[in-house]
Formats: sequence, C-alpha cells, structure tokens
Amino acid sequence: MTNVNYFKDQFSALQTSDPNELLTGIRKENFDTFSRSGLPTLRQEEWKYTNISSLFDKDYEFAADQEISPYLLSSLEEIRINGHQNANELVFLNGRYSPSLSAVRSPESQLVVLPLEEAIDSKYKALVAMHLGQSSSYIKDGIHALNTSFIHGGLFLYIPKGQQLLHPVYIYHLSDAGQQHTLSQPRSLIYVEAQAKFQLAETYKTLGTCESFTNEVMEIVVEADAFVEYYKIQNDGPNAHQTNTTHIRQMEKSHVHTVVLSLNGGMVRNNLNLVMDARGNETHLYGLSLLRGKTHVDNHTMIDNKMPDCYSNQLYKSVADDASTSIFSGRIIVQPDAQKTNAYQSSKNILLSEQASINAKPQLEIFADDVKCSHGCTVGQLDEEALYYLRARGIPKEKAEVLLLHAFAADIVDQIKLEPLQKYTEKLIYEHLTVS
Amino acid sequence: MLSIKNIHANVEGKEILKGINLEIKPGEVHAIMGPNGSGKSTLASVLAGREEYEVTEGEVLFSGKDLLELSIEDRAREGLFLAFQYPVEIPGVSTTNFIKAAVNEKRKYQGLEPLDAVSFLKMMKEKMAMVEIGQSLLSRSINEGFSGGEKKRNEIFQMAMLEPKLAILDETDSGLDIDALRIVANGINKLRTPDRSILLITHYQRLLDYIQPDYVHVLYKGRIVKSGTKELALELEEKGYDFITESIDQSANV
Repeated sequence: MTNVNYFKDQFSALQTSDPNELLTGIRKENFDTFSRSGLPTLRQEEWKYTNISSLFDKDYEFAADQEISPYLLSSLEEIRINGHQNANELVFLNGRYSPSLSAVRSPESQLVVLPLEEAIDSKYKALVAMHLGQSSSYIKDGIHALNTSFIHGGLFLYIPKGQQLLHPVYIYHLSDAGQQHTLSQPRSLIYVEAQAKFQLAETYKTLGTCESFTNEVMEIVVEADAFVEYYKIQNDGPNAHQTNTTHIRQMEKSHVHTVVLSLNGGMVRNNLNLVMDARGNETHLYGLSLLRGKTHVDNHTMIDNKMPDCYSNQLYKSVADDASTSIFSGRIIVQPDAQKTNAYQSSKNILLSEQASINAKPQLEIFADDVKCSHGCTVGQLDEEALYYLRARGIPKEKAEVLLLHAFAADIVDQIKLEPLQKYTEKLIYEHLTVS
Repeated sequence: MLSIKNIHANVEGKEILKGINLEIKPGEVHAIMGPNGSGKSTLASVLAGREEYEVTEGEVLFSGKDLLELSIEDRAREGLFLAFQYPVEIPGVSTTNFIKAAVNEKRKYQGLEPLDAVSFLKMMKEKMAMVEIGQSLLSRSINEGFSGGEKKRNEIFQMAMLEPKLAILDETDSGLDIDALRIVANGINKLRTPDRSILLITHYQRLLDYIQPDYVHVLYKGRIVKSGTKELALELEEKGYDFITESIDQSANV
C-alpha cells in the first residue's frame, strides 16, 4: 500500500501554499474520501479486472517543478501530433499545465486558455465553481478522489458561443520518471458554449525509466447545439500507467464524438462518462486497443440518460496479443424521464494468444419503458478463410495477419475526423503492427 | 509443369483423394470434371496448400520443385494460382492495395524491385481492360458486397495481374449467368499463352464451350477414371456421368 503519510503531508502543504477558497473546499472533501476509501481494489465491482492498488507497492511521488531543458523540448518534439503548426498545443508537465511550453494559436475571441487558478480569479469564476468537481458525484473511488484532492496547476478552456474553432487543441502530457516513480495528476475543465464546435486530442509521454502513474481528470461541459470531438491517443512505455476520467456533460441537442486509441503502455484505465442533462443529444463513442506485451487497458464507459430523446452509439474494438489484457465495461443508465432513448453498444475483440485475455461487461440499467437499447460482444480469432485467401495470393502469413488487423482497426480509425490526426494514428498503428 | 503422382489426401480423417495421377505440360489446358463429391475441389485445395488437407501418400512436382514442401504463399510465388470457387470477402482491405502487395511479394521472391506506382497503375489499366473489370470494384474492399459474377471476374483479374505459370480454376463457372460466364471465359482465353498451363475444374460442360481444353479427365470417388480429349466432355454432357460411373461401380461390385 502506498505511503499515506506522504500524501497527507503533501495535501497539508498544498492547502497552505495554494489557499484558494474554492479549491481548498473541493480538495478537502475529496481527501476525506481518499483517506476513507484508499485506492480501488479488485473487490470493487467497477475495478474487478484492474488492480491499480498493486502498482502503488512502489512509492510514487509528485515531481518538483523543473526548468525547461533541451531534453524536455526534444521529448516534446517526439509526441507532437501532425498538423501541430495549426493547432493550439497545450502541455502538461508532470501533471501541471505549463503555459511556457504551450502555444495558443487561436485568437481569444475563439478560445480562452487559462491556468485553472487564474480562471477562478476571473469572470469565469462562476462557471468554474458550478462545474469543477462534478465528476465526483459519479465516481466516488479513491483514485479519482486523489486527483481531486490535489487540484493545482490545472487548465481551463472556454470556447465562446457559436465559435467553430478552426484550430484543434492538442494536449501533450509529459511525465518525468527519470529520478523517481512519478505521480502526475492533470486536471482540466473545458466549457464549450452553445453552438460552438471544438476538437481536442490528448497524448502522453513518460520520460525516464522509473514508473510513472498519470491520474487525470478532465471535465467537459457541452452546451446546447455544441459539437465536440475528443480523441485520446495512448502509446507510452510499459512503465507508464494511467487512470483517467473524462467526464462529459451534454446539454440540449449537443453532439459528442470520441475515439480512444490505446497501443502501448503499462496498466491503463480509461473512464469515459457521459451525462445527458438535457434532451436530444447525440453521442458516438469509439475505442480501439491494439495490445501486446503485458499492456493492460481497461475501458470503462458510462452513459447516464437523464432526459428524453438521446441517441448514443458505442463501438469498442480490441486485439490482445502476447500476455496483454483488454477490458471493456460499458454501463448505460436510462432514468425514468429518459423516454425515447436510443442506446447501442458493441464490443468486438480478437484474441491472438493463449496468454492474453479479454473481458467485456455490458451493464444496462433501464428505468423507462419506451426505449431502444442493445448491446453485443464478440471475441474471436483472425478469419482463417481470409488468411488462406491472402496467402494463396503470395502474401506471407505475418503480412496477411497485419493486413487483417489493419482492416479490423480501419472502421475505428475512420472515425477520427480530424484529418492530420487520422494520418498520425494510421502511421502509429502501422508501426505498431509491423514492428512486432 | 505439373506432375501429380499417386496423391492420396484426407480431410478430417476421411480419405477423399485415392491415388491421383496427372501430367500437365506447359501451355496445356486440362479440364477435370466429375459429379459432386468426387474430390475435384479437394484436389484444388491440396495443390494450393490448404492446411486442413492432409496428404498421406504421393508427390507433386511443380516446375521440378516438390510442391507439397512449400508453404501456401511460396506456392503462389512460384507461379501457382488458384481461382477460388467461393472468393472470400475481406472488409477493410482495399482490393487494389491487396493486389499491389501480392504482385510485389511475388517480385520480391523473384529478386525483382517492387513496381513503382506508375508502372503498377499502367499494368492495372491494361489487365482491367483485358478481363473487363471496372475501377469501381477495385477501389472497394476485397469482394465485399460483390455479386457472384463480380467475385469471379475479380479472381480472373488477380490471375491476370499475377501472371501465373499454372492457374487452377475451381468451378469458376458456378453461379454465373450466361453473360457473366462469357466475360469470365473471354478473360481466361486472353490469358492463355504457350507456356501458361490451366487446370479447369468444373461440374458442367458449358464452360468448355468457351474454353477449349486439350484434355478432359473424369474424377470419380477420388480417382481419375477416364481421360480423353474435349469430345469426352461432349459425351458426358449428352449421356451424363452415369454412363461412366455405373460401369465403375459395377466393376467394383464384381
């Protein structure tokens, strides 16, 4: 078990050094939760396949603030996503937003970027107060509370009404595990005003060879008729572990489209929450995990349909090779008021090795009577007939397998609507599948 | 070109081929006919290298090489081509990319440089005209949503692109209407060369109206029971398989 005293000391120190009234209150409440519940264990139903508490056998510490070095800059260069020249590039270093490493390229009339603390001291204070920490009412476990206990150095984004943001936002997370096992806890709040359009992609990189644990929480509010595309690319080292929560609140007739791509990494848990707080929303969630080695990726989605007429569709695909583990757990709640809900969910998986494992767990909780909900799950191998056909044309077995894996991945990659990002992920997937 | 000597083969422990002998010389067209269940498709699969088929006896020489020792992909790269009876649909793999990969794998095997984009395109255009297949089919995923005739035409197109030494056409005529049959047969005829051999596997004589074989063999119960020239096919069409099979079954019962 992790060093509780360390977190206690750090918590007291932070409350003193950053005595912001709003934040100290939220932190205190969550640190109480953390102290009470500790880290999640396999005994908790929501965590039954992912034993993150085992990772904390190692003593993780927060990294101190560090100077911007050529080493940091060159590492940053390595994860920059295609099309970055035209993107707003925002960097978190060891879990804290770094304005000096970031480049905001859109005018303020289209995109407001502020450190979270500054946003609290600005005209956005009421917005932050209303929306920051809402995810805590949905996720009450210790790891989520641990992030919220230490909100500091966070990021606030605001997209004004009707702005069709031309330049996407790319968020790069750098964690330096060169000297110690590093715990990074990025936190952000994004407010997308009515009728605005916003595209966001996040990716992660760990430096150094000690272990890194990124424990991220991002809250996104999508106002009426707004459109949000959210992409997460996970392709970090085997020493890079993650729990992250993306908590999205959708207002009337808004549209959310997400793709989570997981390639390399250590133990990864992705929580994706969608709260339908008004009627007529449309939501598309896609996931693709192409795993090998000992990579463990647990995708956990939750859609809470509180209001009528919402449509959601989920398609999560995974390939598990070697001793990797892929998990998809999708929960759909249809509240009594949420009549005419359409909610579909599908999980398709390919198991390539006897040591690999795949778990899929749909959970439908329906309390309204006029709804359409469905879920489906398949686990199989590569199509033998297709392999034979390709080989009969002279394509060697290994290449034929790669072709079929690409084909399996293709319909998810197609869902990346941001063209430079799609090209970037195609290249990542190509390299990932070819270098094995 | 191809020399099959006393091949016996099992599927799931059951013996399907019971001693096949066949010699095909460069440029020859042989037709193998026979009633359903006689082992025609098994022979095609054994030659292509399908893994569920176990060869228990005999040998096959292909251009002097021991064919049965080669992997599926090496057989193809050596110049053996199987046109599938039921071409597989492979969603997500573009037909063009797949054919390009196949052509270049073969070139690599032969120690040649891969074709550049321009030469590949030129070759595609030429062969597309030859077998009457449109660009729209080739930009789709392999066989996905193709009609029966389109699938068969795609097989012949792949044959044209891969320029095999020996093409085995497994019931390429099945499921085709008369127009599609004519297009497919025309394509095959255009691919006949003095050194390319063709093995036609068919149940019906009608394909042989379009593609004239040099030899016709009748396969029955895992053996070639009668061989002849193209007139044998006409005789079969007229009298049915019974005129041969009955005499075989009688002599077996004696």
